[in-house]
Amino acid sequence: MAVITYREALNQALREEMVRDESVFLIGEEVAEYDGAYKVSKNLLEEFGEWRVRDAPIAELGFAGLGVGAAMVGLRPIVEFMTWNFALLAIDQVINSAAKLYQMSGGQYNVPIVFRGPGGAALMLAAQHSQSPEPWLAYVPGLKVCSPATPYDAKGLLKSAVRDNDPVCFIEGELLYNVKGEVPEDEEVLVPIGSADVKRQGGDVTIVTYGKMVHEALRAAETLSAEDEVEAEVVDLRSVRPIDVPTVLASVRRTNRAVIVEEGWPVANIGAQIVDDIQREAFDAMDAPIARVTGLDVPMPYARNLEKLVLPSAENIRAAARDVCYI
Amino acid sequence: MATKETRAHDNAPSKPEAANQPDFLGLEPGELSELLRLMILARRFEEKTAESYQLGKIGGFLHLYVGQEAVAAGAISALREDDYVISAYREHAQALVRGVPARAIMAELYGRATGCSKGMGGSMHLFDRSVNFLGGHAIVGSHLPIAAGVGYAIRYRGGDQVCLCFFGDAAVNIGAFHEALNMAAKWELPVVWIIENNAYGMGTEISRSAAISELVGRACSYEGTASAQVDGMDVLKVRAAIDEAVRIAREEKRPSLIEAITYRFMGHSMADPSHGTYRAREEVEGWREDDPILSLSDTLIEAGLMTSEEYEEMDRAVIEEVEESAEFAEASPRPDESHIYDLAYSDEYPHGLDRRDSWR
Amino acid sequence: MATKVVMAQLSPTMEEGKLIEWKISEGDPVAQGDIVAEIETDKANMDVEAMGAGVLRKIVVQEGATVPVGTLIGIIAEPDEDIESLLSEAEAEPAVVATEERPDAPEEATAPAETAVPDEAATTDEAAAGDETAEAAEEPSAVVPPLETGLEAESGRVRASPVARKMAAEKGIELGTIAGSGPGGRIVKADVEAAVAAPAPAGRAPSPGAIGVSEPPAEPRLRDERVEASQMRKAIARRLAESIGPVPHFYLTIEVDMGRALDMRSELNARADGFKIGVNDILLKTAAEALVRHPQVNASWDEDAIQFHGRVDLGIAVAVDGGLITPVLRNADRKGLRRISLESADLIERARARKLLPEEYQGATFSVSNLGMFGIDEFTAVINPPEAAILAVGMTQEKPVVEGGEITVRRRMRVTMSCDHRVVDGAIGSAYLATLKEMLENPLAMVL
Repeated sequence: MAVITYREALNQALREEMVRDESVFLIGEEVAEYDGAYKVSKNLLEEFGEWRVRDAPIAELGFAGLGVGAAMVGLRPIVEFMTWNFALLAIDQVINSAAKLYQMSGGQYNVPIVFRGPGGAALMLAAQHSQSPEPWLAYVPGLKVCSPATPYDAKGLLKSAVRDNDPVCFIEGELLYNVKGEVPEDEEVLVPIGSADVKRQGGDVTIVTYGKMVHEALRAAETLSAEDEVEAEVVDLRSVRPIDVPTVLASVRRTNRAVIVEEGWPVANIGAQIVDDIQREAFDAMDAPIARVTGLDVPMPYARNLEKLVLPSAENIRAAARDVCYI
Repeated sequence: MATKETRAHDNAPSKPEAANQPDFLGLEPGELSELLRLMILARRFEEKTAESYQLGKIGGFLHLYVGQEAVAAGAISALREDDYVISAYREHAQALVRGVPARAIMAELYGRATGCSKGMGGSMHLFDRSVNFLGGHAIVGSHLPIAAGVGYAIRYRGGDQVCLCFFGDAAVNIGAFHEALNMAAKWELPVVWIIENNAYGMGTEISRSAAISELVGRACSYEGTASAQVDGMDVLKVRAAIDEAVRIAREEKRPSLIEAITYRFMGHSMADPSHGTYRAREEVEGWREDDPILSLSDTLIEAGLMTSEEYEEMDRAVIEEVEESAEFAEASPRPDESHIYDLAYSDEYPHGLDRRDSWR
Repeated sequence: MATKVVMAQLSPTMEEGKLIEWKISEGDPVAQGDIVAEIETDKANMDVEAMGAGVLRKIVVQEGATVPVGTLIGIIAEPDEDIESLLSEAEAEPAVVATEERPDAPEEATAPAETAVPDEAATTDEAAAGDETAEAAEEPSAVVPPLETGLEAESGRVRASPVARKMAAEKGIELGTIAGSGPGGRIVKADVEAAVAAPAPAGRAPSPGAIGVSEPPAEPRLRDERVEASQMRKAIARRLAESIGPVPHFYLTIEVDMGRALDMRSELNARADGFKIGVNDILLKTAAEALVRHPQVNASWDEDAIQFHGRVDLGIAVAVDGGLITPVLRNADRKGLRRISLESADLIERARARKLLPEEYQGATFSVSNLGMFGIDEFTAVINPPEAAILAVGMTQEKPVVEGGEITVRRRMRVTMSCDHRVVDGAIGSAYLATLKEMLENPLAMVL
């Protein structure tokens, strides 16, 4: 099986879907001649031409809305935001148009669109470029929200997102683009939206996470196993709307303990929702209060040491897991 | 103060008028009387909705079009069936003229399952896919980039359709206006932008908010965009301007920006008086003398294309149609509550939306 | 004067005891020194002697129950003596006992139970290190406890995690009899498990009414355990694998008389509630039950070890268009027939509709493939790794059978088990099949 980067996996997904379906096109800043700010759309302009790989002006609201209009009349746009930080300018189109048009029109106009780009902190990019948009988006009925951690999931989820008939927000990780992983070459890779994946099995504590934090959680799980004789099960949500609650519950019912990890801020985030789902549906399975490991509740500072302090680490996750295991 | 004299600058690309000789643009008598009928329909429909609103049969916001009928009728009548229409939230007339049945619109306003948006949208969100009516959008300016996207899809497929996009004067100040017109010009998208300049963004006269006195002048920022300002109280002048804009879009793949100078005789919404706080009774009465429906009917009767009896008969038939639409709406079922989750997504939604409503 | 009979501490390490038998009944006269009961400690079964004379007025703890040391188990008093205050004290006692065992929980530190002899108190102090210990130790070892037991009784609530609470309820254990090891004395799952594990692991309690849809007990009946393979076992594994392939199969066939099982099914199905149980459901139930008795079959070869599975998750082979899928009936050993029937029907239906989630067809510990409905007499099935065995079930048919020298007609079914020789040897596999046969031929025994 081929080992490729997350970036290459996304590029493959884009290319394969554009070959498969002529109504799929890519629009965004620097996606065409520049090959994408993060080179995700490398070589696509050459293969598909300017109408299908369109360099947009720096006008996020405008080209996001253009995508919505094209989707209403039958195209399947992939709107790339150079980063999700800039998508805040386009949020009216994402929420008030894309998410609501299907219901608002009495089911006449669905909006098959993908909004994608990197989210989360990278390295010393400071407050305006370092944030996790997933909770803002997951709040909105009408949207689906994915955030893959591995090349395989990135490819499989993006392809599913393109094929989905409703708007999908797809949050990649700026620091994940170079992560390598196995992706089969000769078969169709499709990961269903809304399905979590158990990235590591274990019976003592469930660590629920997604995106970049999956890798921190796996590191923490290895330490827990080696140092604390705790076998952690790592559940990678992969999609944060819909959340694969059944998989989370099944794991928690076995382990009786949960730690929820995400990179972003602690208030009203995905983990807060999962805590609710667990307490409502698996109250009797819990042996300890649910722990949450999140970024600190401040805008991201620039200085390296402060940035590290703000972001959750494997060590933080291990500490939380020990807590809920009463160690 | 927005008087007709100070505001009408008709430089539409229509033929110069011969003295006392109305220009019917080569339209057949039947087409002319249909334009009149559509305007009467829009007027009578709005009057009925105002009545129903006051009786509590219609809820939410209700923005009436009374006075502006010439813009919708003149513009939309210039389109082919496979063209697209998209509008803001004062869009009952656009929907009617485009061919959405009056009863489907009235039922929508009444919040009934038989409404054109199944009772999910209301006054501000009328949609009808069967006539390419892409909706009422209620965030000022938000549908302009969407219209650009429709234009993009037309070019993408190599089609020759046109997307007609209505918006109010105040929308020219929002960022989306600039972003959409810029893309449409740069990529040569077949979109016709129509500013329905009724002089007020809610209660703020446009001269108090826009740093440009002739809104159509904004077109010069977007090279390749044709532009014209037109008397929006004259349906034939609107029609002439849009005919030309549609031709440019279809044949030359260029957008146009048309400013129609018009006036709403009623308030911004039902919650807003027609005059008093921000405009004088005299101003409204002055514009009412220029009623687009009376103008056309007088012209047609004078030209011998219609008798006053035929006009009255047409009005009676329209009133009947509108009354029937209200009866239909009244008798229609409300949306089925058991289907509350059915329209949030068109595609599969794993694990269900009803997971967290056990308190019901 | 009334005398209490308590769960006495009969060994230095004893924390709780099980009441095996009352030697006398309520109302019987008792002389001081009489043996009134037998209890089981962590070391042995021992007699409980009466500390006073009178009549055994009240049995507080019933036979079979396990309670912490110091718990009031009975009251000896004069026939007309008022024992109400002692009884109400017994009701409040659980909290007292829990308190006594958790001196590091200051808010729960109330007076120790009256049975706390000085030696015992000292032991407790020594055992529990910590700042609060001293504070707890300063509590006077009151001979007569107050009727109100302090904060704990006021709040009327024992701290316990939800799962601990649920498990305790299922096991019929009073939460108050368990010492909590969590923060603030919270009783956590491990504490309940310890309380359950403490008495000798007796046979599983029969599930009353096999017909009812009983909830599976939360506690697994087997344990996850990885046992390093012996050198011989590794060699066997290697050699067998080299000789026949990655999974060295061998096959065992047995013929089962299904007469009684089918009769039982007819009886169950004749009940008026319209609920139908299939032969396959009985097979699944029996296969699972037999696995509990032969955990070696419920295992997997894992490199140089044998992984014994703590769960009995049965794969049910289902033919679907263009292939085969094996949905998994989880914890089959802990489910009644009716639940097995409901769940397997649902799984099979959704398997055919291809609506299964991956987690619903992965991770079985043992599989059953039934081709009886296709008229197959017997067949062999291929093991679904990493499972160690699979049962291939043929059609039940009427056959002439010689019994006591006479030919009679019986309903017989042939079952073939494919075994992974690295894990399951011939003798183990045979023992499993023998159990399976025994159960199917005597289905009523399943309810025992």
